[in-house]
Amino acid sequence: MKANFFFFFLMVCQVGAGYEKKIIEAFTQLNEHGQGNVNAAQAMSLADKLSPDSIPALLQVMNRANPVGDNWIRGAIAKITVTSDAAAFPKTSVKAIIQNPENEGSTRRAAFEILRQHQRGEAEALIPSFLHDREPSLRREAIQLILEDAETATPPARSIALFQKGLQHARDVDQIKQASQALKSRGQNVELITLLGFQTQWEMIGPFDNTNREGFNRVYDPEENFTTNASYPGKNGQVSWSSFSTKDPLGLLNINLHYGELKEVVAYARTSFYSAESQKVQFRLGSKNAWKIWVNQALLFSRDEYHRGGTRVDQFILDGTLQKGENQILLKICQNEQTQPWTKNWEFCLRITDPAGKVIQEAPTP
Amino acid sequence: MKIIASLFFVTLSLLPARADWLMFRGSNGNGSTHRSLPVTIKTQGDKSWVQDLPGRGIASPVVVGDTIYLSASSGPFQEDLHVLAYDSSDGKQLWQRTLKATGRTVCHKKTCVAASTLASNGKGLVAQFSSNDIFAFDLKGNLLWARGLTFDHPNIANGLGMSSSPVVVQGVAVIQVENDADSYAFGLDLQNGSTLWQKKRPKAANWTSPVIINTKFRSLVGLQSKEGMTAIEPTTGKTVWDYQDGASTIPSSTWTEKGILLLPSHGITALQVAHDLQSFESIWVDNKLKPGTGSPSSQDGFLYVVNNANVLSCASVETGEIQWRLRLKGPISGSPLITADHLYIFSEDGLGQVVNIKAEKPEVVHTLNLGDTILCTPAVAKDAILVRSDSKLWKLSE
Repeated sequence: MKANFFFFFLMVCQVGAGYEKKIIEAFTQLNEHGQGNVNAAQAMSLADKLSPDSIPALLQVMNRANPVGDNWIRGAIAKITVTSDAAAFPKTSVKAIIQNPENEGSTRRAAFEILRQHQRGEAEALIPSFLHDREPSLRREAIQLILEDAETATPPARSIALFQKGLQHARDVDQIKQASQALKSRGQNVELITLLGFQTQWEMIGPFDNTNREGFNRVYDPEENFTTNASYPGKNGQVSWSSFSTKDPLGLLNINLHYGELKEVVAYARTSFYSAESQKVQFRLGSKNAWKIWVNQALLFSRDEYHRGGTRVDQFILDGTLQKGENQILLKICQNEQTQPWTKNWEFCLRITDPAGKVIQEAPTP
Repeated sequence: MKIIASLFFVTLSLLPARADWLMFRGSNGNGSTHRSLPVTIKTQGDKSWVQDLPGRGIASPVVVGDTIYLSASSGPFQEDLHVLAYDSSDGKQLWQRTLKATGRTVCHKKTCVAASTLASNGKGLVAQFSSNDIFAFDLKGNLLWARGLTFDHPNIANGLGMSSSPVVVQGVAVIQVENDADSYAFGLDLQNGSTLWQKKRPKAANWTSPVIINTKFRSLVGLQSKEGMTAIEPTTGKTVWDYQDGASTIPSSTWTEKGILLLPSHGITALQVAHDLQSFESIWVDNKLKPGTGSPSSQDGFLYVVNNANVLSCASVETGEIQWRLRLKGPISGSPLITADHLYIFSEDGLGQVVNIKAEKPEVVHTLNLGDTILCTPAVAKDAILVRSDSKLWKLSE
């Protein structure tokens, strides 16, 4: 009798493992454009046949899946958990996934959320350990705790120390602003512009013509050769490069201050950035104007949209690379024909961080 | 001849079998139901309840059977995308599923990532978010598939946020994602989310929703934009006809049982669509019927539209002749809901206003102040009105 039960149990496990393998294969073969969806949808229909023991394996698949695949995995895990006994939730394995820094940040974040959903206390006990985490969303949880403590901490010196700790470790702009404002209200000086790592020193050339918004796609001379100091024909005569900088706390470069309030114009801004090593980075751009950005003469991204909302820090987060040594960054910022008061802005801000949001300081030029 | 044409469309239009409310502005997409619903709606009514929501949203609820479905978004960057189900009888949450945004979540503070109303075919749900994430669930909350359309076209985003609601027809989810920077419409296979077709669309910001144009024998989908209205085959995306005289990019069009499409263009332009849906004819245009933010609603040969000055107008669908006008309290973002005898609408300040549209002199016969910002279009449960804010879902009965 015992033997029969053992073989039956073994058979169930093998069938379960077969489903798990099929589901994992389907989810890892999904591409971001919907190719592989047919197999993945069939595989998803099998997810309720899996036991909670499959949850860690599915979470680990997130290390190989794309962000769309991650959502499929979340859906499959939800399917397992709604049909299974809460006591069977594999909290130890899920916790181990969170604590293993070799897992992708998105994997660890998903594991944290699932743990919080099923074992809230266990999940929240981990939060203080996220203070130095490379995954911004986990680090944010720890910063939030510190900022909350800082609000009520006494004496004032303790409150200030906590806000400074939060400011030192925060990566998200809203938390940095919150800590900075709290410190300022407590008489502390905070150099936000340095802390957030804005690029403040630029050279600009313009204005070029943007009548009918055609300048966005028109290739003006600086796009073809922006390292020389030549002058070119602009919209209203010959134009040449000139220095432009900002002391705005949020690194905003108001181009209207440089050229006057113009409409239907294009300006280019260039700067260089010396990197100590070749590295993956994020170019974090803010602008309510249409724009293009090149790094080392390669177009990174462009966006042909005007005045849909305000300029925000980190409005566009663009993955890219810095080469070792000097890097040339070129921006094209376009202004359109609209005349409403809220369409006067012609502006941008830019900062460079690592993929986890930590500001990359420029290395000294040798 | 007009009577024959009307009968043709009344007979052949697809009407829902149950008292479901399946998509933005209801199962017929015209904001109306032939049922009578409670007039003196209140938060303490016999069947009333209120539920806290886990996230923001201006999307309307949809209803299948006795279950209410809704979307919401939360998180520091609105990256958590929720699809929710509630028991209509007592408001108990039946399930909540949370997935992650894969596209941009930046929005104007008045709106949010959960701005698009779910669409259902009575068997499943399609959710669209401003981040271009599209999810399909069965009615029990099982994810069927997921897409992230930003990966197909990284510039399909609007700095203010998007709000177009999907439609499902003939096994296809039709999705509009249209902006200044890049614009597309997609036909996604309802079974698995694969792209059946995608269509380049006018490069301009557009918050309107696709509209189903149908008879019993055929269904088209109308895609509105600043350039006008394009009627397409839902299974192929191929254009059947094209109205090119411009249209609004905020209020959406409304299909009526008269076979007339009410298009927000030069006010309202009424397009009489041929019985085989192959062509159209513009039969009247009236700038005095220009909608504000909300879309026109229609029932029994009349259209109801609220303009930017909060004036509600009732006009004949067939002639455009204005029957009556009534000033409401605004500002108003949502579209009117029409029942057998009343019209329901909520101001942005949360003031519910019920208008007796069958009275000799239509007037507001009941008001209800929810004390919260209401931007959505009300929906209909079996025996009550549904409305949501950024933090609450109400079922309102007598």
